[in-house]
Amino acid sequence: MSESHRVLTAHWHDPSVIPLAGYEAAGGYRALRASLGMSADELIQVVKDSGLRGRGGAGFPTGMKWSFVPRDSGKPTFVTVNFDESEPGTCNNRELVEREPHALIEGSAIAARAIDCHLAFIYVRGEYLWQGQVLQRALDEAYAAGYLGRGIMGGDYDLDIVLHRGAGAYICGEETALLSSLEGFRGQPRLRPPFPAVEGLYESPTVINNVETLMNVPHIVNNGADWFKSIGTEKAPGTKVFTISGKVERPGNYELPMGTPMRTLLEEHAGGVLGGRALKAWTPGGSSTPFLTADHLDVGLDFESVMEAGSLLGTGAIMVLDETDCMVEAARRLVEFYAHESCGKCTPCREGTWWAARVLGRIESGHGHEEDLPVMADMGENILFRAFCALADGAVSPIQSTLKHFMDEYEAHIREGRCPVTGRGPGRERGADHPAEDDRAVPDVTFAGAGPFEIQGVPS
Amino acid sequence: MAIFEGQRLDEARAIMARYPDGRQRSAVMPLLYLAQSVEGSVTRDALREIAELIGVRTAEIEAVATFYTMLRPRPTGTHLIAVCTNLSCALLGGNDLLEAAHEATGIPAGGEISDDGEFSVHEEECLGVCELAPVIQVNVANHDRVTPERVREIVGSLRSGDVPEPARGPAVESFKAASRILAGLEPLAEEGATA
Repeated sequence: MSESHRVLTAHWHDPSVIPLAGYEAAGGYRALRASLGMSADELIQVVKDSGLRGRGGAGFPTGMKWSFVPRDSGKPTFVTVNFDESEPGTCNNRELVEREPHALIEGSAIAARAIDCHLAFIYVRGEYLWQGQVLQRALDEAYAAGYLGRGIMGGDYDLDIVLHRGAGAYICGEETALLSSLEGFRGQPRLRPPFPAVEGLYESPTVINNVETLMNVPHIVNNGADWFKSIGTEKAPGTKVFTISGKVERPGNYELPMGTPMRTLLEEHAGGVLGGRALKAWTPGGSSTPFLTADHLDVGLDFESVMEAGSLLGTGAIMVLDETDCMVEAARRLVEFYAHESCGKCTPCREGTWWAARVLGRIESGHGHEEDLPVMADMGENILFRAFCALADGAVSPIQSTLKHFMDEYEAHIREGRCPVTGRGPGRERGADHPAEDDRAVPDVTFAGAGPFEIQGVPS
Repeated sequence: MAIFEGQRLDEARAIMARYPDGRQRSAVMPLLYLAQSVEGSVTRDALREIAELIGVRTAEIEAVATFYTMLRPRPTGTHLIAVCTNLSCALLGGNDLLEAAHEATGIPAGGEISDDGEFSVHEEECLGVCELAPVIQVNVANHDRVTPERVREIVGSLRSGDVPEPARGPAVESFKAASRILAGLEPLAEEGATA
């Protein structure tokens, strides 16, 4: 990667930018100062013109999101920063904040300015205990230096930013669940509409943005929309901080232009597959995005190209599996995650993910039935787009994509009663949830019947 | 009130004051963390006292407390060892770490707390450090690229009263201390800013 494409990670080698003085010396808070001299409409326009799209998974245009917020509703407006990064495989927000916490504060403050917001919240996942402290220390510094608080930078604009800790619930990364959690309720999603832009936090207009998204904003204000559009692809401008983990030689967070081929990331940056083994499968954007294979190495890592290849860019979190890894096990573990993290609000997710994990577990452990395969396919179809929020759709991705690309591996598990890849023989059945919470075994049921949810022998 | 009195009541009020007037319910999670930092888990008394502070029914607080895995309704060891077994970690040996943690602490698989009350082990969904897998947390502080042997060493150190230095940030001396940080009551020192 050429150095000119390092935008968000340009100072990662330099710990002096962590404290305020170093951040200022590197040009920090220049964009906030500039934004204070701009109108809200001007700010929204430059972000719209830049083509910046949300980095949290959905890729929604950020400027447009901001423009949906009514600033004259008579209610306060809120910015809520989604630092609940919890999707398996995803950890760029963590390192971005560890290495340059003031950049998030500056981006958040500019977003606040753009929607006339005077109180913003940063929702930090609980597991990021130290990272939250790093961020709070930076907030305290920013207050002391007049970048936050009353009359920031000597002007007449007031802004407070409050850090709020989550407590271990993936669903709180879903924006309406995050708002429920921040209001002091169970982190369950809400029906949309009304959308948060109109009725979000405390029933007031709210913008919810991802950490990486907001960190792009100061650079756009400083360098202009045209500069931003000169990086990446036409429809997905800018860079993306990709996380690559699993079976690679040099796992890590790598900032590359949107649209960089997976092959470049894997071979030039991550050092190739661990031990020189063959690539078997990879997720382009975390656990909720369908697996791709070695046939997809030349796919560009941007929203459109990955979708064309049959998956989703998601959070840009690439998990790599090699030829020695069992795809049934991988699917089971990921579906188990969704079963554990399901908030329980709706039936397709609460029941569907639980059963899917159970059935995958018994196939993995060599106890599968032939009927399990059509059942898994049916389950996928009956969960996808039928649940209250997108969490359950995430569980369908590993199911459908492994059935699509690795059906022979499923069939061999059932036929041979053992894993054809690892050779592991019949073992303890795995299933949804952790043993401490649920040690019920899968009842030996058949799923024959008219519909996928006509299940006999459901444990009471 | 038994938990929230004196200085802790002041701390609770300061936590509630972070949120706009009339929105003090937003303080439920940090108040639960504060109670957990005192009692080592979320107790019935904590639920009742927080309900009273905020002015809602106890069941409302219980509904929140039981939703989140880092708020622990059951007795928890002095030290909480969290082991990630999600995909990126599992591919590089996360399940072996979980087994090692159970063995070293003497907590059987599925068990919650060691007989001496020193340890709890929890199988984690992703801890957000996938690029440095396999990972664990000790009192919510990160340890990266861990081996089963390292898990045994860490448990041994904790038994002899030493909390090993984590990969990033300062060591956290106990699960209670972690809960206090999570309540937002322990600022980092100015020094030690490097990542």
